[in-house]
Amino acid sequence: MSESHNGAVVVARDVTRRYGEGETAVDALRGVSVNIAAGEATAVMGPSGSGKSTLMHILAGLDKPTSGDVELAGTAITQLGDNALTKLRRDHIGFVFQFFNLLPMLDAKENILLPLTIAGEKPADGWFEQLVADVGLTDRLSHRPAELSGGQQQRVAIARALVSKPTVLFADEPTGNLDSSTSHEILELLRRSVDEYRQTIVMVTHDARAAAMAHRVLFLADGEIVRELGESSAHDILSVMEEVSAA
Amino acid sequence: MIKVALRGLAGRKLRAALTGIAIVLGVAMISGTYILTDTVESAFTNLFTDSYAGTDAVVTGKGLDISIDGEKPPDPPVDASLLDVVRGVEGVALASGSVADEDSTKLLTSDGEPVNSEGWPTLGFGIDTAPAFAQFNPLKLYEGRWPTAADEVVIDAGSVDEQGWEIGDTVQISTLQPKRAFTLVGVAQYGEVASLGGISFTVFTIPTAQELLGREGQYDAISVAAREGFTEDELVAAIEPVLPKDAKAVSATAEAQEQTDAVGEFTKFFRYFLLAFAGVALFVGAFVIFNTFSITVAQRTREFATLRTIGASRRQVLGSVILESLVIGLAAALVGLGLGVLLAEGIQALFKSLGADFPTGDRVFATRTVVVSLAVGVGITLVAGLFPAIRATRVPPIAAVREGATLPQSRFHRFTPWIAGIVVVVALLALARAMFTDELGTGDRLLSIAGGVLLLFLGVAMLSSHLVKPIARVVGLPAHTAGGVAGRLASGNAVRNPGRTAATAAALMIGIALVSFIATLTNGMKASNREAIEEQVIADYVLTSQDGYTPFVAAAGDALAASSVPDLVTSVRSDAGLVDGDSAEIGGIEPGTIAAAYDFDWRDGDNGVLATLGTTNAVVSSNYAEDHDIGVGSVLTLRSTADRTATVTVVGTFEPPPFYPLLESVNVSSELFDSLYDRPRNRWTWANLAGEPTDESRAQMETAIAGYPDTQLETREEWIDREDADFNEFITFLYVMLTLAVFVSIFGMINTLVLSVYERTREIGMLRTIGMTRRQVRRMIRQESIITALIGAALGLPLGIFLAALVNRALSEFDVRFSIPWAQLIVLTIVAIIIGILAAIMPARRAAKLNPLEAIAYE
Repeated sequence: MSESHNGAVVVARDVTRRYGEGETAVDALRGVSVNIAAGEATAVMGPSGSGKSTLMHILAGLDKPTSGDVELAGTAITQLGDNALTKLRRDHIGFVFQFFNLLPMLDAKENILLPLTIAGEKPADGWFEQLVADVGLTDRLSHRPAELSGGQQQRVAIARALVSKPTVLFADEPTGNLDSSTSHEILELLRRSVDEYRQTIVMVTHDARAAAMAHRVLFLADGEIVRELGESSAHDILSVMEEVSAA
Repeated sequence: MIKVALRGLAGRKLRAALTGIAIVLGVAMISGTYILTDTVESAFTNLFTDSYAGTDAVVTGKGLDISIDGEKPPDPPVDASLLDVVRGVEGVALASGSVADEDSTKLLTSDGEPVNSEGWPTLGFGIDTAPAFAQFNPLKLYEGRWPTAADEVVIDAGSVDEQGWEIGDTVQISTLQPKRAFTLVGVAQYGEVASLGGISFTVFTIPTAQELLGREGQYDAISVAAREGFTEDELVAAIEPVLPKDAKAVSATAEAQEQTDAVGEFTKFFRYFLLAFAGVALFVGAFVIFNTFSITVAQRTREFATLRTIGASRRQVLGSVILESLVIGLAAALVGLGLGVLLAEGIQALFKSLGADFPTGDRVFATRTVVVSLAVGVGITLVAGLFPAIRATRVPPIAAVREGATLPQSRFHRFTPWIAGIVVVVALLALARAMFTDELGTGDRLLSIAGGVLLLFLGVAMLSSHLVKPIARVVGLPAHTAGGVAGRLASGNAVRNPGRTAATAAALMIGIALVSFIATLTNGMKASNREAIEEQVIADYVLTSQDGYTPFVAAAGDALAASSVPDLVTSVRSDAGLVDGDSAEIGGIEPGTIAAAYDFDWRDGDNGVLATLGTTNAVVSSNYAEDHDIGVGSVLTLRSTADRTATVTVVGTFEPPPFYPLLESVNVSSELFDSLYDRPRNRWTWANLAGEPTDESRAQMETAIAGYPDTQLETREEWIDREDADFNEFITFLYVMLTLAVFVSIFGMINTLVLSVYERTREIGMLRTIGMTRRQVRRMIRQESIITALIGAALGLPLGIFLAALVNRALSEFDVRFSIPWAQLIVLTIVAIIIGILAAIMPARRAAKLNPLEAIAYE
């Protein structure tokens, strides 16, 4: 695991992102600097249009900033070409999506192993078995996504993101498409991955209970980080959210 | 990644199958063509090889070097006395003479009609069947015995079976002599060849054959076997010195090879002709594949993006889509290859129904057939799938997190209209080059036309995404105004994704354009044909052979002339010969009567010059005069196939309609003609009646020519109608072959609709929940399909007419009329609507079956 700047694995400096040109241009990010510490879960919150998704996309190398720099695992990623970015994703990045994004024709096991398959690798001895036991999918491995519940599908997606032991796991509204008790299980699972594997997580969410599992909560409004909290209760997070939204 | 691609394919079986069919039919046509033509060719090759199995050399007459449209007249016979001369040559073990005539021996059915009237060879043989000469006999006796008396014959098994004849039956046969009754004493066949197709043969005793086929004291060939120790070539060298200058000796191997080559030429032409239709079907298939892959790639945007986020490279995405097309292409090509066996039978049956049955033996399934079919099937699928595959690589990983993410436009998208424009211009240049450059060879010209038409279709297809909206507005009008809500939604849906509709319609456009091209061009040709006949012929009746074009025995014309019913009968002789050393068809006309039946359009001279023809003068067509830079007063030397010469002076030039000149280029009197040729034949015999033609007078004339059943008597109108009908038969054949391409485009339409329905599952569910009935859903899909088909017609019809106009211009020297067949084009439009309805059946049913609740929940 590569780290820099007092243990930060992702570093963003003065990142701006402007969509469109001229009159109709929209500034999604107006100069954001942030360090994501290794082995921590960081939640990014903010009202709709605050730029929280854009920030995550830029941190993960899915989108390019208009100005500013991003380093991930010690590599400056803003100028990387497609091949280098692909390599970066294989080695350092895992994704969990709101709509799971599983491949419907592959069963759970194949979906989980897909990142390794694509990279032409095999899991280390015992790692896969441990992982599926940890996410609780041992008896669901031969099922296709269509035969799994929403919660089970998201577990498959999390296992898929973890299987390559990425430097950072990016989660985009991981509970956005789940009911509350299932959401709870999924959040538990994510938190356990931090506690047990020391997995670094960056999660975008508008759900205060989801943010409550994080060690650190960043609040965005109008493209800027306006507040930051340490590990907090859902209640505290919600009240800060209200403040931020009202401002 | 390979697994992902293959699993994905397995999950979309219906779509994969529908896509594959686009290639299956084209490949089946390729493999079927090869199987059929190889089988026919091998049947002939075996036949020739077997025929010469016991022969080392053949002595025949030496024909003049005459070639009319690539066809050589058969070698002339040799004098029968030559047989003894050959037998006396050192090295000759055995020699035997035989008679073989290609087209004068007509077997007659019990109704008196010729068994074969489609222009296939009707062979008449005189063979020495003594056991000593059995090695020269190419025929194998199946039943009975060889003929020994003048009234006995052996007939080929195919004809005997077809007519249900038995040994001992009486069979009427007409030859150069009026029909006669013979007793069937045996049934024979060529070696191991199962069927000779349309070809029939009759074996007479040698003297009978010589008498009936005009070869008194002559043999067509002398077969020679070498004595032990003499090679074929040594034998030929030994015989040559004793031969007169009008005979030649050829080794059996060379003779068999020459005949095989001649058949090879025919099968080659025939093969390319059929492969052209395979090409059209595959071209259309390429559109369908391109379109289907484009749609599925667009629908899988999120899947590709997800793969990218978890580490798949662009190359891997590209590879997975290419692998899919490879698998589909290979599977389709294999199915097509197998289907080709059936298609070969189908094509053969089609030809048989048109009266053209091929000789066949064991089916030939060559390695080349497999290689070409698979390579072409896989190759086309890969090429058509490449562009969509490249687009799949342009899906950015971020599309994985965006809802409703769509495929990004291609980098070249904005240049498409320009590229399309350039393609069209290049296409038109290629077509212009093909049609208006005189010095091009046939191969270059055809290549230029094919390339031009291909590019033109491609260019128009590329442009058509911009034409879809305006055209849909017009052809969608009925649906929009009278189709209710379903119609309005349908016309909206049709233009929702113009590129998709355009590619779907373009596939159908190609078939429709080719059909309307043929319809328009041939409509003009039929009009020209009628005009040409009406302009030239002023006779009441015409006598031709049954097939309408093979010259018939002159005696039939004489028989009609001998009848008291017609007021006037005049015959036109025709045969190949040399005029001033060049191959030409020479005609013989009757100076006293021809002008009453044929309306000369004199350029130089008048009807008066006909009386001066005698045996020293000729009239020539103005075309021939111009080409050879001659005119009235020029002297021509004629040389017949019988190697007799005559010198004639041109006394008049006339200008027949270039589309269908009924007289030959060079015409002498029948008197001179008959002195030049041994077995004169008529191309036409025309007859005029004193009064109006009646059933009675016609019946009397038919009785007069009853001895010549290979001829037919028609009024001028019947004659024109029959020529039209023959022509229509050929056009129908072309249409049937083109339906293959149309079928492919129908599958393309079904495919697009199925994919669109799949994509709009939610939307259709929503429409159902707010009260749309199943019937309305079905109607909506059906109308969209009809609109797409009509867009195809709206593009194809003008394109076909344009191509016809272009070819018409190129054929201007033949003065072909240009006439748009409105009725046929309207029928074609209706066919397009029916195609739209048919293509919609399955997709509409699927859409109507959607459960509204599930459809909305669908993700």
